[in-house]
Amino acid sequence: MQDYTMVDVYDVKALAYATAGDASATIKRKLKQLGVDSAILRRVAVASYEAELNLIIHSRGGSITLQMSPQEIRLLTRDVGPGIPDIEKALQEGYSTANEEARNMGFGAGMGLPNMKRNADAFQIQSELGAGTQIEMRFRLG
Amino acid sequence: MTISDITVLLDARVLCGEDKLDSEVQTACGSDLMSDVLAFVKDKTVLITGLTNIHVIRTAEMLDIHCIVFARGKVPGEDVLEEAREVGIVVLTTKHTTYTTCGLLFQAGIRANNDCLAQQG
Repeated sequence: MQDYTMVDVYDVKALAYATAGDASATIKRKLKQLGVDSAILRRVAVASYEAELNLIIHSRGGSITLQMSPQEIRLLTRDVGPGIPDIEKALQEGYSTANEEARNMGFGAGMGLPNMKRNADAFQIQSELGAGTQIEMRFRLG
Repeated sequence: MTISDITVLLDARVLCGEDKLDSEVQTACGSDLMSDVLAFVKDKTVLITGLTNIHVIRTAEMLDIHCIVFARGKVPGEDVLEEAREVGIVVLTTKHTTYTTCGLLFQAGIRANNDCLAQQG
């Protein structure tokens, strides 16, 4: 059982494109101040940013929770819907359900979940239609 | 090579970050899709893109990309440049197309980051 000495929660609103990345930039800054290795920091930042964008583009709103222990960093994201109908498909590179507005901004490449999975040392995703999606990502330190 | 060398190579104009032109560049990525860029995790990278919205800066910041080249003569809005200044990213603009810009950099010895390909699967 990990002993998390730091726990921060960041709310992310649906369709909040204007502030997209604010939570992840804050997370990155905080971890940098704590002296996290720059390579690990980049992986956490990318995973967090992809998660934040997913919450903005696809969800009805949610949050990112950052936890840290001496051994690892843990990112938990959860949202209130709509849920992912086919998780296997969603994990495929290039598959995206992003709408026109998101694509016009340069999003919707279909790499979000694959990028998160690739950057994390451990990745778990659960989703229920109508209820929402939870993702857990862990990053080993040192 | 340095960002200054790249400016000469691409006949580019510096839009912000004039004080950081001595920074080293080792790899490059050309894309208009933010998540494709995010799949590419390496520092000392220059990003070549035609996408001039503010999300380009935030994406670059997440990856420690320290230089962005806008191809096809594109110049982003002042809000984008302001954000770039705030996070310390050098922004260049070149009249060359994305294709030619990538070609010129490749010819000069700048390569892609192949590490991300090895991590797949």
